Amino acid sequence: MSTQTPKQLGGIDFGLMDPETYRDISATKVITADTYDDDGYPIDMGLMDPRLGVIDPGLECRTCGQHSGSCPGHFGHIELAAPVIHVGFTTLIRRLLRATCRECGRLTLTEIEMEEFRDELDRAEDLGKDPDTVLKSAVRQARKAGNCPHCGEPQADIKHEKPTTYYEVQNVLSGEYSEIIAEAMQPDDEDEDDEGMSPQALSDETGIPLDRINQILGGEFRPRDEGRRALEKALDVDLTEEDMNKLMASDIRDWFEQIPDSDIEVLGIDAADSRPEWMIMTVLPVPPVTARPSITLDNGQRSEDDLTHKLVDIIRINQRFMENREAGAPQLIIEDLWELLQYHVTTFVDNEISGTPPARHRSGRPLKTLSQRLKGKEGRFRGSLSGKRVNFSARTVISPDPTLSLNEVGVPDRVASEMTITINVTDRTLEEAKQYVANGPETHPGANYVKRPDGRRLKVTEKNCEELATKIEAGWEVNRHLIDGDIVIFNRQPSLHRMSIMAHEVVVMPYKTFRLNTTVCPPYNADFDGDEMNMHALQTEESRAEARVLMRVQEQILSPRFGENIIGAIQDHISGTYLLTHDNPQFTETQALDLLRATQVDELPEPDGEDETGPYWTGRTVFSLLLPDGLDLEFDSSAGDTVIIEDGQHLQGTIDEDAVGAFGGEIVDTIVKQYSETRARVFINEVAALAMRAIMHFGFSIGIDDESIPPVADEQVDEAIDNAYGRIDELIETYRAGDLESLPGRTVDETLEMKIMQTLGKARDSAGEIAEDHFADDNPAVVMARSGARGSMLNLTQMAGCVGQQAVRGERINRGYEDRTLAHYEPNDLSAEAHGFVENSYRGGLTPREFFFHAMGGREGLVDTAVRTSKSGYLQRRLINALSELEVQYDGTVRDTSDRVVQFEFGEDGTSPVKVSSDEDFAVDVEGITDRVLDAEFDSEIEKESFLTPSEPPTNLSEHTDTALSSEVESDD
Amino acid sequence: MTEYDHVTDDIKAVVEDTELPRRLRRRVYDSIEEREGVTTEQADEIARAAEAEYLDARIEPLEPAGTVSAQSIGEPGTQMTMNTFHYAGVAEIDVTQGLPRLIELVDARKEPDTPMMTVYLDDEYAEDREKAREVVWALEATKILALGDVSTNVADMVVRIDLNEETLLERWPTADAAEPVAAEIAETIEDALGVDTRHQGMAIEFGPSEPSYRELLQLVEELREIVFKGIEEISRVVIRKEELDDGEEFVLYTEGSAFGDVLRIDGVDASRSTCNNIHEIHEELGIEAAREAIINETIDTLREQGLDDVNVRHLMLVADIMTNEGTIESIGRHGISGSKDSVLARAAFEVTVNHLLDAAIHGESDDLNGIIENVISGKPVSVGTGDVKLRMGSMETSPADD
Repeated sequence: MSTQTPKQLGGIDFGLMDPETYRDISATKVITADTYDDDGYPIDMGLMDPRLGVIDPGLECRTCGQHSGSCPGHFGHIELAAPVIHVGFTTLIRRLLRATCRECGRLTLTEIEMEEFRDELDRAEDLGKDPDTVLKSAVRQARKAGNCPHCGEPQADIKHEKPTTYYEVQNVLSGEYSEIIAEAMQPDDEDEDDEGMSPQALSDETGIPLDRINQILGGEFRPRDEGRRALEKALDVDLTEEDMNKLMASDIRDWFEQIPDSDIEVLGIDAADSRPEWMIMTVLPVPPVTARPSITLDNGQRSEDDLTHKLVDIIRINQRFMENREAGAPQLIIEDLWELLQYHVTTFVDNEISGTPPARHRSGRPLKTLSQRLKGKEGRFRGSLSGKRVNFSARTVISPDPTLSLNEVGVPDRVASEMTITINVTDRTLEEAKQYVANGPETHPGANYVKRPDGRRLKVTEKNCEELATKIEAGWEVNRHLIDGDIVIFNRQPSLHRMSIMAHEVVVMPYKTFRLNTTVCPPYNADFDGDEMNMHALQTEESRAEARVLMRVQEQILSPRFGENIIGAIQDHISGTYLLTHDNPQFTETQALDLLRATQVDELPEPDGEDETGPYWTGRTVFSLLLPDGLDLEFDSSAGDTVIIEDGQHLQGTIDEDAVGAFGGEIVDTIVKQYSETRARVFINEVAALAMRAIMHFGFSIGIDDESIPPVADEQVDEAIDNAYGRIDELIETYRAGDLESLPGRTVDETLEMKIMQTLGKARDSAGEIAEDHFADDNPAVVMARSGARGSMLNLTQMAGCVGQQAVRGERINRGYEDRTLAHYEPNDLSAEAHGFVENSYRGGLTPREFFFHAMGGREGLVDTAVRTSKSGYLQRRLINALSELEVQYDGTVRDTSDRVVQFEFGEDGTSPVKVSSDEDFAVDVEGITDRVLDAEFDSEIEKESFLTPSEPPTNLSEHTDTALSSEVESDD
Repeated sequence: MTEYDHVTDDIKAVVEDTELPRRLRRRVYDSIEEREGVTTEQADEIARAAEAEYLDARIEPLEPAGTVSAQSIGEPGTQMTMNTFHYAGVAEIDVTQGLPRLIELVDARKEPDTPMMTVYLDDEYAEDREKAREVVWALEATKILALGDVSTNVADMVVRIDLNEETLLERWPTADAAEPVAAEIAETIEDALGVDTRHQGMAIEFGPSEPSYRELLQLVEELREIVFKGIEEISRVVIRKEELDDGEEFVLYTEGSAFGDVLRIDGVDASRSTCNNIHEIHEELGIEAAREAIINETIDTLREQGLDDVNVRHLMLVADIMTNEGTIESIGRHGISGSKDSVLARAAFEVTVNHLLDAAIHGESDDLNGIIENVISGKPVSVGTGDVKLRMGSMETSPADD
């Protein structure tokens, strides 16, 4: 194996193959329809001939001498007793038959026309257009020719009976011509004006002598073409019938052999590589055994591949055909066998031809033949070539671990000791490598395999590990277990964007799940209700370096979709920071230090003040400890106040989703862009940790009682709904009286529906407002909704106030029985409750009818999601396929791989969507820069220089070796 | 180019020396002009700092911009609704929205599911409701039922139309009297149905040439389809008063579209009017306008779903590749993916077998340069880090050394 020089594919040429070439490359002719003999040995010149390659271990290939596994397999061939059409080319064969002369084989186009099509073809090629369109128009043109312009032979029309039968159609005189003429000469019974035609009159009109007419009428003389036409014209009848002359495959082959190369090229067919007669096969290649391996079942029986089954059929029929022909069987039998052979070869190539019954396995399952192997999602192209199964991968359930950094992933120890990373043993890694091997495969930081310089791979076992460890020296390779700090790729499907695949650092842990920091849930779109994720261990130094620099989670904090952070605080983190900063509570020293326990901050600043219990620190001060120095920000929070941060001190406002949340939290976004990814990672980790301690400090829970409103409020809600009912009754009355004014462009019925929907919508909203008024500000559901942690005020309205109108297809529920939704209502009842208005709240409970309507609305949502996932998946696949070749070049242009310019500057200004948020007009703040330069606000020359030159991003190191960082964080307080 | 008082030639020289694009250079000048008295040295620093910030924000070379854009549009697709709801507001026009509309756009369908136009009006027409109405009548297809009552008299085998005089005068604002309009209508009916009409005052009568009940009904059916005024494709027009920065104006929204015809109607502001059929825009205004239309339509579709945070640059790239050939190409089998040079890339997308067979006939060859081909043949793909031709530790040693 190692003796072969590695080669690279340079290109692939496509073409048809000459039968002679098939014979040349064939390892053997196959003549026996059997596979193995009674002893289990492959039969010579059978379908499993050892010259076609070997699949059983221990046997030697008789063509290349290699054993199973290294022998690639070799083609054989079957000599077909008669030519057979290749199903893939039936349309082209039809076109060629129509476009070429049946006599001389030339294209039935004049030289001038040919020249025109040649030019057109060149143009199509230059413009990258489909040459098929030229072929089609050339054939259309050629078909018009009644006679061959080269030899003058009249051309017959070709009829194609799918899939593989062709007829030559000629109009010949009907056998019943005399009857037809006589019939036409009779007077028409229904038409009084028609007196019929006498033979004499017919003779006069056609110019045929009377006695001839009489002969014709007697069926004694067959009128020639001219006479026939004259008769047809005079009598207004059709005397011809179609005569179909079946073209056998051999006829077509002979026909195509005559077509000169120069004519073929007019049609855009490559005559050198693809002669048209090669579309009709005389030799059938037999795929190597390796492409159709047989499987040995548990009971020792062999089960053959579908292709082998099909080949058996072909050889059998082929044999029978030959025998019958030699025995001089009647033409009918020969033709039947020919058709059968054609059928088997057809289904061997493609078993899903419409109009042909698919060849079936004994069990009734259609066979999977050549085309089926290539086609579709699980086919060769999409299933085995574009996407492959890989080694060094693991998959298990995920669960959260707030103690991990967002860069890390907790890997179960049993995964860590199964998956390995290859290290090359050098003088420097020798001791390390020895230790891994000595630990063996079962002790955790151990090794599973070693590879000697001569290429032999040895399995490390509990027994031989000590001994192997002593043998290790430079030049060996050791496959050691994953250890803390290794970089791995982590992925959750569906991989919709690049943040679905990110690199993490390994932390080996007990138990069986992958553990992740909850802040990386948004990019993966993961939750912990049973989601599974995949992990891949990287095998080369280059890939590990790339993954660390480009793919680590912290490098992916900004989403290229909207140019803001996609990683940030979520759910309880946000509730936590909200509680910590909204009312700016005070903490004693112990409490404050406890809040900061999980962060790297270990010193408190000067207290904010003192009360009876001693010095205190406020929530905002505690939060400020996490902010980097020099951070200035001002923005509106979703809680409704203005957040002001000056020089890293949080002075005012509530820290909520808009500040630290995933999907564009201002503070996180600013830190990534102005400081660094590393600083942002530290910030997010610490916010998460602080928020968790904060929420635990205050205590946070939600239960059914948190959604209850006092009886007074309930009454108010009922009243609001009753009012709405009243208004609807009025509307219906006006409508029934015919007084309802329709809205422009709408019918009266539509107007009524719209108005009712509007009224009910308002009713629900006012119920929501009433409920909201009665909720305390510290109600956990309200806190979550206001801070943006989870849920909305609408959810709350539905739980406490009123669920509201259920809709199907954007309308009130109208389906069910005739003129009514349910048998509980009068026909044509237009009232709210009869069309799916749910006046109860979720907490109060739905009535059975409301429940039923609610289920209808709910079902629509489910169907919608199911349809949507498949549709958007296909959209995504198409988009990616169309755009995948586009790349930004060094000159700033966007080009595809064949160097065609698609954009001169990406997005018209050449800025990166990662660095520029979509709602910013300009990337560069020229005014700010001018002010800064003019005011000379620089502490040092170095700072000034870094301001004036493009930044060089630092090379990212591991979480555990980031020393620069810990000092930076310390400097914060 | 605007003249600057405080920008000296020296300042110009240092600013022009940077890699700043024109638009940014202009802003640097503006900024210097505003401050007055900026020295050349300071100007150099400003320019350099601006350049530094600009270069930092630039997309990096070898970035797979196509894949990133495709993902950035495809990913929010999973969050869109399938339902096609109406616009907010009451009398608005139903338009396909959400995922179906997005698919329709990248498919480059010849005819959108719900064609519509937004017609802006020229000054006087935009301010005066009556004038705006005139344009409405010129646009909206007027059928017989809108003009009067149709009754069939089976005994006499005639169809009788009683035209509404007021409606006629309203819909033909240029006419002084209803009588000539009625005559015109009668004529149109004669031309369209091939019957003789008798008309008197506001009444028009006609019937089949031979008494036949079937034919009579047939005539009524056909009569209803005749367009007496306006554009056949436009079935409904809605006038809306819209607030703009400089006052209010009337804007027309139409159901159905005939962009070319509409642009040529008096009172229509051709520079602002638009339609949601990208092919019509391509035909009327050219490929650049079509590109712009694709961007606008996709961004509107996304905005309607609350997904307008998607960066426009991604939509631009999609629009650019769709219009790259000078005609609108769809994304998918019949468009860009189907016209790729590489056989393997086409085969790996859809209709695998046919592409292979056709390639054989045409004697195509695949150089394996593209992304998909490299994946298939197991080579590094030529994008991103795979496109960097850099070798480590392969310094050539002179033969004398060994």
